[in-house]
Amino acid sequence: MKLLKLVPDDTNFRFLKWRNIAMAFSILTIIASIGLVAAKGLNFGVDFIGGQMIQATFTETETAPITELRESVGALGYGEATIQRFGDANEVSIRMRLPAEAESRPEAANEMTEKIVAAIKADHPDVRIDGVESVSGKVSSELFETGAYSLLFAIIAISIYIWIRFEWQFGVGALFALVHDVALTFGLFALTQMEFNLNIVAALLTIIGYSLNDTIVVFDRIRENLKKYRKMDIIGLLDLSVNETLARTVMTSLTMLIALGALILSGPDVIFGFSVAMFFGVFVGTYSSIYMAAPILIWLKVGPDTFVPAEQDNPAAEKVGGPEQIG
Amino acid sequence: MLDFPRWKVISISLLLAFGVLMSIPSLLGENGRQYWPSFLPNETINLGLDLQGGSHILLEADPADVATARLETMEESVRAEMRRAEPRIGIGDISRRDGVLSFMVRDSTQVDAARDAIVPLTTGAGLTGQRDWDIEVRDDTRFVLTPTAAGLESAVENAMETATDVIRRRIDEMGTREPTIIRQGDNRIVVQVPGLDDPEALKALLGQTAKLEFKLVDFEADPNMVAAGRAPVGSQIFPYPDNPSGLPNIAVKRLGGISGDKLTDAGQGFDQQTNAPVVNITFDSEGGAKFARLTQNNVGRPFAIILDGQVLSAPNINEPILGGSAQISGNFSVESANQLAIALRSGALPVELKIVEERTVGPDLGKDSIDKGTIAAIIGTVAVLTFMVVTYGRFGMYANIALALNLFIIIGVMAMFNATLTLPGIAGFVLTVGSAVDANVLINERIREERKRGRRVIQAIEVGYKEASRAILDANVTNVIAGVLLFMFGSGPVKGFAVVLMIGIISSVFTAVVVTRMFVALWARRARPQELII
Repeated sequence: MKLLKLVPDDTNFRFLKWRNIAMAFSILTIIASIGLVAAKGLNFGVDFIGGQMIQATFTETETAPITELRESVGALGYGEATIQRFGDANEVSIRMRLPAEAESRPEAANEMTEKIVAAIKADHPDVRIDGVESVSGKVSSELFETGAYSLLFAIIAISIYIWIRFEWQFGVGALFALVHDVALTFGLFALTQMEFNLNIVAALLTIIGYSLNDTIVVFDRIRENLKKYRKMDIIGLLDLSVNETLARTVMTSLTMLIALGALILSGPDVIFGFSVAMFFGVFVGTYSSIYMAAPILIWLKVGPDTFVPAEQDNPAAEKVGGPEQIG
Repeated sequence: MLDFPRWKVISISLLLAFGVLMSIPSLLGENGRQYWPSFLPNETINLGLDLQGGSHILLEADPADVATARLETMEESVRAEMRRAEPRIGIGDISRRDGVLSFMVRDSTQVDAARDAIVPLTTGAGLTGQRDWDIEVRDDTRFVLTPTAAGLESAVENAMETATDVIRRRIDEMGTREPTIIRQGDNRIVVQVPGLDDPEALKALLGQTAKLEFKLVDFEADPNMVAAGRAPVGSQIFPYPDNPSGLPNIAVKRLGGISGDKLTDAGQGFDQQTNAPVVNITFDSEGGAKFARLTQNNVGRPFAIILDGQVLSAPNINEPILGGSAQISGNFSVESANQLAIALRSGALPVELKIVEERTVGPDLGKDSIDKGTIAAIIGTVAVLTFMVVTYGRFGMYANIALALNLFIIIGVMAMFNATLTLPGIAGFVLTVGSAVDANVLINERIREERKRGRRVIQAIEVGYKEASRAILDANVTNVIAGVLLFMFGSGPVKGFAVVLMIGIISSVFTAVVVTRMFVALWARRARPQELII
């Protein structure tokens, strides 16, 4: 049986030749992402800014009458509603700010829901209310805070772990790669204006975990090769390490993308944003392992002496099938 | 490599069998479970509210409300003690401003007696002898009682404990199945009720403090003053929305009323004359005696029935009510009367609770999510399995068996701990499928590499497993770090995702590294391969 090989044996791409251009590109995309977030803002869900979301399905209509809904809900005098398609064309989410008095009188939020639902039902008897979420300003600001802290702690804790398991240069490399991944995902959500809610924070944390997975596999091979080939120059050694792990990188990314593709195409609507964020994260995570985490090691002067002091003879050196000269 | 002792094979197989066994009840579904023998484990995974539909409600109490209520109770206790003292101690100029209670003792010779009477009120219950209030005497005759921080804290704690019990009783009375009611933080309560038909009724019930009072109406009060909200001396103004006279307020006497917490039963009924829905209540013996006395002394006069600071109705006392039961009329519908009956049966909340977060999912959306999630999981899994076999042949097959076992184990472990599967949890499942094979990809790629370098088959497998394990370990530890943070900071469904992710990480390392290694070792020992297709 002939097995499939996506990546041919002994690839010899000189990935790091492009490191300066790649780094400039990465920094540019990070700045662009921050700019996008600043200019367009994130489309925060009720989790983070408070307010109310009603999910509704129009069971006998093919497309939900969004413009008409906007008018009829707007006429109730609770301010403007954010109405978006949600999943299928006949499903919508209606987001509203809570009325100001709701902070002191919680029934006010309830009354608003009932009025909106009644208004929609009057025009469209076929509507089915699928869910109501209502988050007060206080709770939403707490959720916002804990979400931000969890991202920050995850990035720091993981970088420290890498520092302990490898060396400080690797920790810095991992840190930059993670900042890159998180920043770009934020940029994606600012650009597309998809709803940014608690699920997306979960996706970001998973992206951090996945991207690290990738970075660690590359780092682990760099460490191994640094001990093995003590005479090789660092750029050649990084290229060798990336090439050696390339088959695995491609395979794993593909299996992840297959699983996530299934979620995007036929998964539940509620986690559509989550799946898209993860799908995107697999790409940027793979890229950042090669073009953010690795080049930083060069600039931070990682060499053969990083793991094994110079005067020691290296017992781990291998004789089997040495590498062809690279770069 | 070939050396894989029998005891290891047996213990790994037993562990796998156990995991699969634990997962079966959850996979059978409600209909299939009746055929499942009862002597076998029958724990199942809970479905989160986002999957089975239901309401998640977060209630919050304001500690300031507790402080205010406590100040009021203290004032009443002080008044009572001073009245009871022999000789009676005259006090005046009582104020509850700025969170402290202050009053003057009229006769300065009685200051010591007053102090002796008050001291027992200011120490906490229990053995700790904790001081709940600080007593201070200013200008010889003015007493100032300041609540201590510790006293206030334990008061909030007690109020929340009681409130949680009351909420539990109310929800049980509604007859919903398996509600979850837990305290969160210092002053919050989480209520989760699955599969609810009428979330509005639940919210109305939770939002009601249900503090019932009976007070005599001050019918001598000037209607104009009452309408303007000004109370005559010795009276209080309460809003009266359904007042037949059309006035928005009514004046009632401060003293001489009784509170409605001395009830043994409450139920919805109908008025015999008007056939309007009413609530019938039955007092306990103490409450009954008090109510009898109140009605006996005030025949022909109206008394107000006050619920949570609003007057429901103010009927005339036509005759003394001695039987210990009474009828509360008001502008009720059958539902609202029934709701009030439930609230009264389960007791009043010691503090007002506000709904600060609500998430309700309809059962249709939940079912839709399960269906779509299952389809996505099946498509994703089949695609990944195929891909693995096409790429790694026999070793891919082993990885696939490990992956399937992994999924059973995740379900089994979740069932064992009665963990909750949420919608993001399903995403966690699909992701586990994608990432669990990563360990096998790492191992198999490494074996390919070692073969290329000229190692012999058995040695290549050995080195492949050994060298790949290090990266697998590091990668999974970082994933666990992310998972722990998700669990710590995430709320509700996101926590469910973190649980699946972490169980998945641990069990996938076991199946992908240990179990496949066993398969490979058993095969290699039997077949003694000289060539390796990988």
